[in-house]
Amino acid sequence: MSQTQESWPLYEVFVRARRGLNHVHVGSIHAADDEMALRHARDVFTRRNEGVSIWAVRSDLIAASSPGEKDAFFAPSGDKVYRHPTFYQIPDTVPHM
Amino acid sequence: MTQTETLAHEPRTFEQLIAAGERIEPRDAMPDAYRATLIRQIAQHAHSEIIGMQPEGDWLTRAPSLRRKAVLLAKVQDEAGHGLYLYCAAETLGADRADLTANLIEGRQKYSSIFNYPTLSYADVGVIGWLVDGAAICNQVPLCRSSYGPYGRAMIRVCKEESFHQRQGYELLVTMMAGTREQQEMVQDAVNRWWWPALMMFGPPDTDSPNTAQSMAWGIKRHTNDELRQRFVDMSVPQAHALGVTLPDPDLCWDERRGSHDFGQPDWSELARVIKGDGPCNAERLARRRAAHENGAWVREAATAFAARQRQAVVA
Ligand SMILES: [Fe+2]
Ligand SMILES: [Fe+2]
Repeated sequence: MSQTQESWPLYEVFVRARRGLNHVHVGSIHAADDEMALRHARDVFTRRNEGVSIWAVRSDLIAASSPGEKDAFFAPSGDKVYRHPTFYQIPDTVPHM
Repeated sequence: MTQTETLAHEPRTFEQLIAAGERIEPRDAMPDAYRATLIRQIAQHAHSEIIGMQPEGDWLTRAPSLRRKAVLLAKVQDEAGHGLYLYCAAETLGADRADLTANLIEGRQKYSSIFNYPTLSYADVGVIGWLVDGAAICNQVPLCRSSYGPYGRAMIRVCKEESFHQRQGYELLVTMMAGTREQQEMVQDAVNRWWWPALMMFGPPDTDSPNTAQSMAWGIKRHTNDELRQRFVDMSVPQAHALGVTLPDPDLCWDERRGSHDFGQPDWSELARVIKGDGPCNAERLARRRAAHENGAWVREAATAFAARQRQAVVA
């Protein structure tokens, strides 16, 4: 196998389906550079008007939390049930709340 | 949020996640055998999509109208897309793209036996869409719920597109069946040739499928080969009837008691032969894939060199 293919980096692809929505991760592609990444992403992930905007990000540039440290990493929000509206008891007779 | 939901942040083991029907995601711990089985299954699936472009691709230049040519081109392009969705799912498990391509070209990994049969007439394009994509849909819909997240998500994208594949094929056949006597005979001939290979797409009978139990326990297979084959036959019979063709199985009949069709068994020795490499087109399919890869080498090299030059220009 030729070495050049292996050296094409992996890009993660995010597509905004339409105005008003966030970009959502849809998969990944290989490309020699950023411009080719966008073209490949368009051909692979938006053949049926699935998007109005594409982000392609080098996979090795993404900082990700690790599942191994999930417990400690998300613990700060785990014990703060009072951040949720359902924590608070309001009499049933009170409207619009 | 309830008290139990806050406990969801406790790390759960692979076994607990599977038991709870939750998805496994790329960076989770997983048994080596689960990873290896998935890589093999997803790679084989990806290779099938890529090789699957060839039988129909043979008719791209001979499609009878611009409309039919545009439709077929879109369908074949989708299959390339399916292959790429699946290769990227395999890569999330640590597989390397260049290795996967090499494994296909050098015969170390398989692809679906169905693509080793030739497309002898234009009616084959319609029958492939109807029966081969139809069988693929039967196989793939349950895989949308695969326990491995990226595989399930790739399958959801694939299934959305497969419906177009099956409908364009069936519509083509409806058109031909409304045509001349000769065209109707072409359709029946194509059905006769593709029916049994389509039934083989679900794999060997359950009694001869030793890995099914483990794959079902892991949630990477949701139904047995025979269950899916039965579902496919039951779906296809009324479609064949509406089309006005006969399925080439003398044993095919409705079983009132089971609420399903009884049907004959394919020639399993033929499946074994084709999988081993002895089908009508195995050598041709692999040679074509190898040639495409080798003939594209200069494009890949040029793009790599161009990208390197651009990076240097930015630095300078
Ligand atoms: Fe496909
Ligand atoms: Fe398809």
